[in-house]
Amino acid sequence: MKVLRDTSILFGRSMRHILRSPDTIITVAIMPIMFMLLFVYVFGGAIQTGARNYVNYLLPGILLIAIASGIAYTAFRLFTDRQKGLFARFHSMPVARSSVLWAHVLTSLVSNAISVVVIILVALIMGFRSSAGVLAWLAVAGILVLFTLALTWLAVIPGLTAKTVEGASAFSYPLIFLPFISSAFVPTATMPTVVRAFAENQPVTSIINTVRSLLNSEPVGNEIWIALAWCVGIAIVTYFFAMRAYKQTA
Amino acid sequence: MTDIAIHVKDLRKSFKATEVLKGVDFEVRRGEIFALLGSNGAGKTTTINILSTLLKPDDGSASVCGFDVGRQSEKVRESISLTGQFAAVDGILTGRENLVLIAKLRGVADAHKTADALLSRFGLSDAAKRRADTYSGGMARRLDIAMSLVGTPAVIFLDEPTTGLDPEGRLEVWKTAKDLADRGTTILLTTQNLEEAEQLADRIAILHGGKIIASGTLDELKKLFPPAKVEYIEKQPSLEEIFLAIVGQKEASK
Repeated sequence: MKVLRDTSILFGRSMRHILRSPDTIITVAIMPIMFMLLFVYVFGGAIQTGARNYVNYLLPGILLIAIASGIAYTAFRLFTDRQKGLFARFHSMPVARSSVLWAHVLTSLVSNAISVVVIILVALIMGFRSSAGVLAWLAVAGILVLFTLALTWLAVIPGLTAKTVEGASAFSYPLIFLPFISSAFVPTATMPTVVRAFAENQPVTSIINTVRSLLNSEPVGNEIWIALAWCVGIAIVTYFFAMRAYKQTA
Repeated sequence: MTDIAIHVKDLRKSFKATEVLKGVDFEVRRGEIFALLGSNGAGKTTTINILSTLLKPDDGSASVCGFDVGRQSEKVRESISLTGQFAAVDGILTGRENLVLIAKLRGVADAHKTADALLSRFGLSDAAKRRADTYSGGMARRLDIAMSLVGTPAVIFLDEPTTGLDPEGRLEVWKTAKDLADRGTTILLTTQNLEEAEQLADRIAILHGGKIIASGTLDELKKLFPPAKVEYIEKQPSLEEIFLAIVGQKEASK
């Protein structure tokens, strides 16, 4: 019970950070929205995806880009708390130790969810339409939460171990660009063999394909299991290393 | 209840190949200000971190208020407050929110009342609604110490509390520390500033090379060391006294 109480107090604190500096959410949402505008209105006309509505095709990849850049802020917030001695303060108080970390993880989930909702609203204005029912939407939400959680635990590692602010957030750049070499913007079938092999077997593609199928009320096939396996696998491995790093944090 | 608030016996700690503490022993009595004096890297912060349950010692024993820092760490955390080398305040929150946060985490009955009382005690009432990152160094330090007093812990660790403060800020912290001790709080202070130890401490221990090489009251220490040895004292230049005098006059003539 004490864990829950402490977590909710500390979660309230970091959510206040986000509400005080809304740029966190705006910055996270704005870049993916720019990509969405660029791809839909500039490149989109020349891209053959077989889908009638390119916004529908593109949106899942855009959401993953947003999450990948959003978790950089999670690492940044952890880094700042450690740097400023707030971790030491909380850890030397009668506060459940795991609460200090979980409050950050929850904040990461909630702030990324807000960014995702903002982007979906913009996509709706741009012509995104989904035939998905409640269950399919819940499944989409579940996969995105799982993906955010996996990347959040990844973000915890540099957040706790980095020596500089830059070091704490640099890890997110390759993640942000991963969707570009995937099925996010164009079908993988047009890519040269080596690139295609990478694109089809990296985690992002299966997640994007699953979310896309769910939103378009198409059968997800095996892809959803591959997507879930990637998310859960990454979450377990990064959780292990994140907790190891946390144990060594004073 | 014994008279001893902090008991440290043969404390040892190494980081990889570096042996930082090589058997440290000292005792702090209830209600006194005890200064751990030493140069950079002497192991002062390591000692404080072990006592505040942030680090585990390799060997030896340490207890605070009769609770073992390893086996009864939760009890220790209820009895202490750590004020680290840098003001650990949340810059995005206001001064008042910082205090309310700590009060809630400590489970204080009326968090808002506690916060307001501390704000006025530390002269921060006017700045209460401002974000803490707009505070001056001295104000942030005062807020930091105020946060450490929430829930009136029996023992307070002040780890180099005046590092980076201007002369006025330093005097403020000294006054606060004396005030706390007068109210019965036990204070373990680390410093590399000899004047600070001289001004504040009831008893002083010199930590050097991972061991306590001398301890006692200032008078006892003076007897141990010939005055010639004191030449390495980092005595503040008299410019400080001039500065304070001028600033003080200005304040008075306002």
